[in-house]
Amino acid sequence: MHCPKCRGVMRTYTRSGVHIEQCDSCRGVFLDYGELEALAQMESQYRAAPPPAAAPGWGAPGGAVHHHHHGGHHRPHHGSVFHMLFST
Amino acid sequence: MHTETAQSGLFARLVDIGREQAPGGGPPETLYDRHGVLVVRVGDVVVKAHQADREYGDPFLERIRLAESLQDVVVGPLGSPLCVEGRTVTLATFGEPVDPAQDLPWEDGARLLADLHSRTVPVNAPSWGRPTRVARLVSRLADGPAETQVRNAFTTLPAWIRGEEAEPSSSAPSLIHGDWHLGQMVRTPGGHWRLIDIEDLGKGDPAWDLARPAALYSAGVLPPDDWERFLGAYRDAGGPAVPAHGDPWTTLDVPARSLAIQIAATCVISAGREDRPLDGPEQAMVDACLRISAARDAA
Repeated sequence: MHCPKCRGVMRTYTRSGVHIEQCDSCRGVFLDYGELEALAQMESQYRAAPPPAAAPGWGAPGGAVHHHHHGGHHRPHHGSVFHMLFST
Repeated sequence: MHTETAQSGLFARLVDIGREQAPGGGPPETLYDRHGVLVVRVGDVVVKAHQADREYGDPFLERIRLAESLQDVVVGPLGSPLCVEGRTVTLATFGEPVDPAQDLPWEDGARLLADLHSRTVPVNAPSWGRPTRVARLVSRLADGPAETQVRNAFTTLPAWIRGEEAEPSSSAPSLIHGDWHLGQMVRTPGGHWRLIDIEDLGKGDPAWDLARPAALYSAGVLPPDDWERFLGAYRDAGGPAVPAHGDPWTTLDVPARSLAIQIAATCVISAGREDRPLDGPEQAMVDACLRISAARDAA
């Protein structure tokens, strides 16, 4: 396929599942039917999804600061934390 | 602490009831003996004497019937409740509880809750009602600096949780467990996780079932990894308590705040009763109460 503007050679690229033809000479981009809409939709989704809030406004600064590592990859749960996790 | 094991009368009666159901079930084992609840295991059967001061009338029978219709999610009582020495007693099949020394099954818990929350609510399902524990515990607080911090945080809660107004009707109620924590799930002999304890089972806002881990994470007691495993698995399973994308705290804030205050009150009362200072995680819960009040004051 040749570029409709400068007659250069068009190459096909795939970006996020959308096929794009780009001219090697003038770098012009050719979109097939529906491809512009697909790109616009992807952009709006990207903008509309803010990162989920990690904690409520009263959350602990810096994440978990009070738990204790006892070595190994498991954290044995005992004492007050056991009751908080395992009983009403 | 007051325990019921010493009251060998009730313990012996529960063992007798268990032996009738599970002859040759081996030596009895006390599984739980706190807060006025005694749970005894005999072989494959668990016999539970429920709290004496709760209502076990028609709503409890409705919950038993509801649990029977949810056997792939909930282990409910076997048959009708008994009355033993003035106490409501139920039997259930034994399931293996969560081992606190192992990696905690946050994903399994999340998937169980998402499954329950996604079930069709029967028209005659009992209502979960309001979260009453936080107001009851705060009313029992003595005087002192930590007690004041918990009480101050309590005043930030909506009036219906403080017991001063009727509860709002939930816009999209689900079936909820009503008192979920890691002690509320067991593994059946077939290896399937199930929820136990149906005293609060009913229709309500599913965000309350996520409230305890949300509160402990927000207080810095539960590591972020654990919380993200739980929340991520709940979302992956299509649970309706939080928006599928975006900020989960829009629905979790009030339940998490309530549970943080409830847990802080429990800690302060326990420490007071045992005449000891708060330990690190308990102090973290009281510190969360301070931030709850500060966040309200800043708003």
